[in-house]
Amino acid sequence: MSERASAPPPASDPNTVPSVAARLALYQRAGGVITPLLTAFIAFLIGGLVVYATTGKDPVHTYKAIFKGTGLSWLSPVSIHWHLFYPAAIHWTGWDTTSPTALNLQQTLIVVTPLILTGLAVAFAFRCGLFNIGGNGQYTVGAIVAVQFGVWFAGLPGPLHVIVAMLAATLAGAAWGGIAGILKATTGAHEVITTIMLNWIALWVGSYLVGFNGPMQDPRAISAPVTRPIADSAHLHVFWGNPLLQGLHIGFFIAVAMLFVYWILLNRTTLGYEVRAVGFNAEAARYGGISVGRNFFLAMAISGAFAGLAGSIDILGWEFNLDLTVVQTVQVGFIGIAVALLGRNSAIGIFFSALLFGALLTGTSTRNLDPSVFQPQLAGNLTRIIQGLVVLFVGADLLIIYLWQARKKLRLPQRKTVEQA
Amino acid sequence: MADERPVLELRGITKQFPGVLANDHIDFELRRGEVHALLGENGAGKSTLMNILYGLYQPDEGEILIKGERVRLHSPKDAINRGIGMVHQHFMLIPVMTVAENIVLANEPTRAGVLLDTEAADRRVRELSKSFNFAIDPDARVESITVGQQQRVEILKALYRHADILILDEPTAVLTPQEAGELFEILGTLTREGMSVIFITHKLNEVLEIADRITVVRRGKGIDTVDRQGATEEGLARMMVGREVLLRVDKPASDPGDPLLTVDDLHVFDDRGLEAVRGVSFEVRGGEIVGIAGVDGNGQTELIDAITGLRKTAFGRVSIAGRDVTGAAPGTVLDRGLGHIPEDRQRRGLVLEFSLAENVALHDYDRPPDSRWGWLFPRQLIRRARELLTQFDVRGGGPQTRASSLSGGNQQKVVLAREIGREPSVLIAAQPTRGLDVGAIEFVHRRLVEARDNGKAVLLVSLELDEIISLSDRTLVFYEGEIVAEHGPDVSEDQLGIEMTGAGRREAVA
Repeated sequence: MSERASAPPPASDPNTVPSVAARLALYQRAGGVITPLLTAFIAFLIGGLVVYATTGKDPVHTYKAIFKGTGLSWLSPVSIHWHLFYPAAIHWTGWDTTSPTALNLQQTLIVVTPLILTGLAVAFAFRCGLFNIGGNGQYTVGAIVAVQFGVWFAGLPGPLHVIVAMLAATLAGAAWGGIAGILKATTGAHEVITTIMLNWIALWVGSYLVGFNGPMQDPRAISAPVTRPIADSAHLHVFWGNPLLQGLHIGFFIAVAMLFVYWILLNRTTLGYEVRAVGFNAEAARYGGISVGRNFFLAMAISGAFAGLAGSIDILGWEFNLDLTVVQTVQVGFIGIAVALLGRNSAIGIFFSALLFGALLTGTSTRNLDPSVFQPQLAGNLTRIIQGLVVLFVGADLLIIYLWQARKKLRLPQRKTVEQA
Repeated sequence: MADERPVLELRGITKQFPGVLANDHIDFELRRGEVHALLGENGAGKSTLMNILYGLYQPDEGEILIKGERVRLHSPKDAINRGIGMVHQHFMLIPVMTVAENIVLANEPTRAGVLLDTEAADRRVRELSKSFNFAIDPDARVESITVGQQQRVEILKALYRHADILILDEPTAVLTPQEAGELFEILGTLTREGMSVIFITHKLNEVLEIADRITVVRRGKGIDTVDRQGATEEGLARMMVGREVLLRVDKPASDPGDPLLTVDDLHVFDDRGLEAVRGVSFEVRGGEIVGIAGVDGNGQTELIDAITGLRKTAFGRVSIAGRDVTGAAPGTVLDRGLGHIPEDRQRRGLVLEFSLAENVALHDYDRPPDSRWGWLFPRQLIRRARELLTQFDVRGGGPQTRASSLSGGNQQKVVLAREIGREPSVLIAAQPTRGLDVGAIEFVHRRLVEARDNGKAVLLVSLELDEIISLSDRTLVFYEGEIVAEHGPDVSEDQLGIEMTGAGRREAVA
């Protein structure tokens, strides 16, 4: 009868054996930071192997070049020259806001901004137990409405015009997401199917509106399928860098503020309580007096609102008009899925995973990646590979947890997941 | 029996979980042809021990001997190959597949190597069920058969894989008394054929009815192994809990007041569109407990769902404290003064991923003092939860603990705390002690009687006849969606048992 039990955790009854599910939840919470980091690390590792196997290039060298293109090094004002493993020299470089690195960082953050919001669009629905694949469509609808409102009301004073356009775009996104929510609530139509269909509807309606002879096409640009530019009063204020060189606009702060809104909405309002209850256990929520259908609608509408806002911020912040190619090739809604998954639907997680994917996109863009190191076209695919791997690994959460456990306890055989304990 | 060496021996099994010593040097021995009960409260370590035996966990210490041979079981597959079959409390069946398909799963007879030979599967399942006298249709879909039949499918699955040691984890938890009786008959047949059965339970009466020997486990330790002869409920309960337990409910005579729950000619359809409740009328007065006895699936679930607004009523009226709530939304019914302890606390009663504070607030989160203008006050939720958790003696966690990490008994106490803590005028308790151990059952019963004494109308639905008899002031017997009999406080289990099968009604007609 050796008393080998170490001090039990304060809040657990020593008489109860935790179920496998409970222990798994514990690992997930304990590995709350570790698991996503490990996921990203393994994704980059495999991406590096692909780089090496297909092009023979040095993956470390390639990743360094990509990192350089992101401008993230601007944040640390020292440059370190590594000699073997010891820093041979450390130079104080200071924060030069006009350096190419600073410009790169501005680009990165411009890309990060909509990713935060589309990440939230996926995450909020997730918390209600819904899988919102429709971020792209909701984003597109938001962008279309933002352009139209930016073109109209040219006489309004600046801030008001911006607010009107953003609000309209947010509502449009909410409506687009809300359709899927209503369908789910009333007919039980699965949101994955309906949001994908809504994506295509948004794409083709957008293409018609913006395309040649479309009602929104700029009459002065007969040869280009593009809308009229929005009025100057609808431009978002650029607070860092040169507005003419696509400096960083205040939309970034709006996105960051939305992270707080997301957290507060979920954790400090009755709406968030309902959404989470429905997401965890819809039957218990119904028994508790919560209308499940109403929450399906609200969750999808709020998700759509985030994505619609993302569309408007891109238009008002740096695009200023809507191009047919943008309507047809935009991906931010889909990357938002990876952002939410890697960020584990938490506000802070979404911020960092949006930063990661935004940096990857900028770092591998034609403009920022040194073509002598690695072909940007190939690097763009590398981004997609890493994005795909992240989604794959997050889906295979258990595998990561298992690897993490195996690291700690190499001999531990893998257990079958059972409900019994 | 005893002249042979044991078919199974566990020696000094020890299993440590983070912070918990689940099994502490447990010894266990199973003889050929015996039913050996493993008795203990929830969380005592019974299931862990059996999961070790089934290869789901590896013991930290100790050894397993099967027919004298020392073995290591790395997976359920190893265990199955050694002749061990397990029937889990929650069945591991695929609802949309047929009985035969489920039984042969993972070991299918094939034609040409790849195609499932449905006929052969059918035939073998039929042979098997016939030889053990199981009444079961191999072609029926699992989702369409009763829980008792599903359990038989699980047992057949083990037999199909040539198991000679059968582990049954709380097998009667989901069964009616009749089904339990049938199960015991089946077990008798099996042991006569030379099979050995380990019967995990915390129900004392069953143990004395079915087991040849009984091993009691408490807090991860094997307390003792005793023969059925000479064992008593009181003695076993003391060994299980470690103290004297009150097995009978002490309650004063009831003093019924005004009717608080009135059900008038209620008709309800079930999920399949069949009429599950056919014109039921009754009332429950303040200060009395009305029990509904019946075999599972005779409309009790649909009746409660209809009263609580979780299911549409086809016809009839329900009123609470004189106000009509027919067809009202669940939230409205709750607000009219209903408390509902649901049949399935994990599926319906709790949001397992929520904290206890959030669970306690499940009905009242949207009004002051829990919230105002849609703004939630987490501190208030915690304060309220702390009060109620103390009041209802919930152990194993505080307001911020996740509900999933509590034991079944404590989870049920949380549900009770929420439902009774709201001071409802009508309290519906559906199988409130299902899956609970002796100590927790005692607690729940006491609280229900207390609610009655506080003038609440209590409607108790239970499949446990002794629970109905010991708690109810009046008992209604349900059969095929109708009330076929009504009794006062003094009614015998036999009488109810007969009426529950519809015999009483048939006599009345004849």
